[in-house]
Amino acid sequence: MKNNADYIRAEKQAKTRRTAVRTAAYILLTLWALVVLFPFYWMVLTSLKSYGSYNSEYIPRFFTLSPTLENYAEAFTAVPLGRYFLNTILFTVITTALMLAVIILAAFAFARLDFKGKNITFLLFLSLMMIPNELVVITNFVTITSWDMRNTFQGLILPSVTSVFYIYLLKENFEQIPDSLYYAAKVDGASDWRYLWRVMIPISKPAIITVTILKVIECWNSYVWPRLITDDPSYFLVSNGIQEIRENGFGRENVPAMMAAVVVISAPLVVLFLIFRKKIMAGVARGGTKG
Amino acid sequence: MMNQKQNKGWLYLLPAILFLGVFMVYPLFDVFVYSFEEGYNFASQTYLGTGLYNYSYILHDPYFLQAVKNTFILVVITVPLSTALALLISVGLNSIKALRDLLQTIYFLPYVTNTLAVGLVFMILFKKTAYSDGLVNLLISFFGGNPVDFIEGPYWAKMFVLCLYTVWVVLPFKILILTGALASIDQTYYNAAQVDGTSRLRTFTRITLPMISPMIFYLVITGFIGAFKVYSDAVALFGTDLNAAEMNTIVGYVYDMLYGDSGGYPSYASAAAVILFAIVLTITCANLLVSRKKVHY
Amino acid sequence: MEVILQHLTKKFPGRSRKNPEEVTAVNDFSFTIPDGSLLGLLGPSGCGKSTTLHLISGLLAPTSGKIFFGGDDVTGLPPENRGIGLVFQNYALYPHLSVKQNIMFPLENLKGKDKLSRQAMLDKALEAARLVQIDSLMERRPGELSGGQQQRVAIARALVKRPRVLLLDEPLSNLDARLRLQTREEIRRIQQETGITTIFVTHDQEEAMSISDLIVVMKDGVVQQAGKPQAVYDDPANLFTAKFLGSPQINVFDGEVRDGRLLLGGDAVLDVPGVSHRSVYAGIRPEGFIPDPEGPLACGLRGVEVMGRDISVLASHSAAAAPTVRAIIGAKHMAGIQGTYVRFALQPRKVFLFDRDTGERVPFQAEAVE
Repeated sequence: MKNNADYIRAEKQAKTRRTAVRTAAYILLTLWALVVLFPFYWMVLTSLKSYGSYNSEYIPRFFTLSPTLENYAEAFTAVPLGRYFLNTILFTVITTALMLAVIILAAFAFARLDFKGKNITFLLFLSLMMIPNELVVITNFVTITSWDMRNTFQGLILPSVTSVFYIYLLKENFEQIPDSLYYAAKVDGASDWRYLWRVMIPISKPAIITVTILKVIECWNSYVWPRLITDDPSYFLVSNGIQEIRENGFGRENVPAMMAAVVVISAPLVVLFLIFRKKIMAGVARGGTKG
Repeated sequence: MMNQKQNKGWLYLLPAILFLGVFMVYPLFDVFVYSFEEGYNFASQTYLGTGLYNYSYILHDPYFLQAVKNTFILVVITVPLSTALALLISVGLNSIKALRDLLQTIYFLPYVTNTLAVGLVFMILFKKTAYSDGLVNLLISFFGGNPVDFIEGPYWAKMFVLCLYTVWVVLPFKILILTGALASIDQTYYNAAQVDGTSRLRTFTRITLPMISPMIFYLVITGFIGAFKVYSDAVALFGTDLNAAEMNTIVGYVYDMLYGDSGGYPSYASAAAVILFAIVLTITCANLLVSRKKVHY
Repeated sequence: MEVILQHLTKKFPGRSRKNPEEVTAVNDFSFTIPDGSLLGLLGPSGCGKSTTLHLISGLLAPTSGKIFFGGDDVTGLPPENRGIGLVFQNYALYPHLSVKQNIMFPLENLKGKDKLSRQAMLDKALEAARLVQIDSLMERRPGELSGGQQQRVAIARALVKRPRVLLLDEPLSNLDARLRLQTREEIRRIQQETGITTIFVTHDQEEAMSISDLIVVMKDGVVQQAGKPQAVYDDPANLFTAKFLGSPQINVFDGEVRDGRLLLGGDAVLDVPGVSHRSVYAGIRPEGFIPDPEGPLACGLRGVEVMGRDISVLASHSAAAAPTVRAIIGAKHMAGIQGTYVRFALQPRKVFLFDRDTGERVPFQAEAVE
């Protein structure tokens, strides 16, 4: 039974080691969770401190006993935050809707219809995926300027209503739908158009929702193009708005009000994320990168 | 009949082709054209001649060289760091059961936040002003160090914040991909290894790592591409005048040349964009070559 | 190596908060597997056979009970210290390693005084590969091999450390029908050549019957019957075993025993001495029917399937549990089978009675007729 005694000792050692490893894992994970959460905590906290109390704290406090909403009022009145907000919602909704129409049609053509040159066209589309946005943005800037579309919604929206990658994602998804459904619909006398709307889109709803969510996140956070194309604050999106607030802000360095604006801008996506957590994470894992 | 069918396909494709043609294909060629047109005048849309002058100009522009230097430092630091950190966190996440869902949700939060907005919070945390040293500096003093202004202070302090924020921003995606990859490894491989008496470390290096190596390389490649294009992170921290802050990036240089106080030079911007594209392409190809050698199956 | 299982029990906690009830996967399993034998653990899916295998391997710890390898109590030992080889259902070959590296993998884990030189490892790997006849594929990756070849690699990897006990989890389920026949012969050959006590799990009764020295039939975590395959077939302990073994399946009838005679649908069909007045299920093996124009069992004739040596008669009977009663008879009786009725005499050794409530066997003194 010497064997067994050895084993008991080995098992004990292994157990200690396992506990140590697990503890280390929890410490690391908690630490990073704090790093991630702290900025969120800090912006909410700061937004609730009054201007006076914030500026009197040489050593910032980790809590506040007299939370105030005055900064939120200030954020909406002293700067046109509501306008930025509205602009962004408008921009996001229209861009996403237009994009969905364009890519659904294209994906349908690639997945379901037969025509000459389809494969070579698709290949050309795919090769466009490698083109970084930075390369084409210069000409687009010139184009939109020469069309007199600076400081208009058309100028903001038009260049971002197609995405080769999303066409590709949807096409893959459409192709999963068995051919027999298409032939059955044909036998029943449905047109291609009807088939697309009544069969393909309903079946592919999860993929379409994924694309929609990804596009909404992209739109809500877009900064570079809006910055190039708008210099009139009444067309600013939230990203540009926040930059504007930072640079010319409230007429003075009003950090609490700035943080209130940051909270307001961040909240919609965070709420959206908490509601559609599973879907968003699955969607990003399948096809997202930041930027 | 046949002809009608042909046309239908193209009809459905028409919007996509139209938009892609105007906003992607044409600009793609146009950017090269611009980059060779010397002395282009925005207002009159005329130019003096063609040649390599634009390239020569930006390659001698100290702002551009500074931007290239910054970008490379950023890439070299953040890509390995973020990938390694993401791997560490994912392995940790994979080894626990309690709190896993909650932690995963928390880790993903930066992905859905506005880069500009949260950057502002980072700035507040790191900035040193007349009223307050800022939270981070207080921590530094608490541990006996000297406060530094991370936002308007010395170069490396600024670079540190930029790298930290970049890692903070890119980590959610990497953690998500790696936890997915780790979870998809069939449990029976670990059972088999256990039956064979494989140690933890050996199981990790000989089984886990090789099995997720395709995903790691995917992350390294996309990480390189992403880090070379960092721009809004820098703007969020240091404001739009990045040249003055010595914190400009290549992409930032492109936009500055195009528009803004120092803008109006699409030719220079184009030349810089082409150079950026060449760098990214080269590095991606090099990565692919390495991965073909190193990544199995 | 003799393997002894004593009152082995495994309970799993409830799956979720909604369903907190404990699940007993293996219930009081006691059995001794003689040294050098090939044991087939047999049962429908979810019967606890894979759990039993994992308990023996050490990947799972039993809730109660003990496991002995020879004289050693291995119940508390982790798998790596038990000296077992385990072949997984999906083989679990490391896709990024070559066949050679896969087979050598367990050897490379040895530490201290057990550590082998590179050459010794290569030799051992090659020896194991030869045994399963894959020594020509050593440099390939698993992805480049057929299912049958992958299976052999998995067996070689399990054998390379000279385990005391070899465990196989559904070893044939991922192969096509032709390979299955071939591979089961192969497993038998390897087992006999090495003399290693081998336990394999399967849901396919034919597979288990054909190569095992012993079979254990399980259902819902409980051992139904254990023994030599033929003995279990000829002498099933209950209705479940009788139905589970044999292809085509046994025919089940609702029966009545009166005055020592079995009545099916009111007709006395067989003398069953020693059985008291009661309701029973009567199981009749397909080969237990003897076509006889004077026979006591009258069935409706639905059709005949010709299989060469034998023919299969498809009949119907009002007392039968299934719409079709299947009888296998020699082809020479073919001529007598026609019309709408067919009559059979029964071979008493092929007829089993089971209690209506418990399904347990009700024995009777069978005397051969003829």
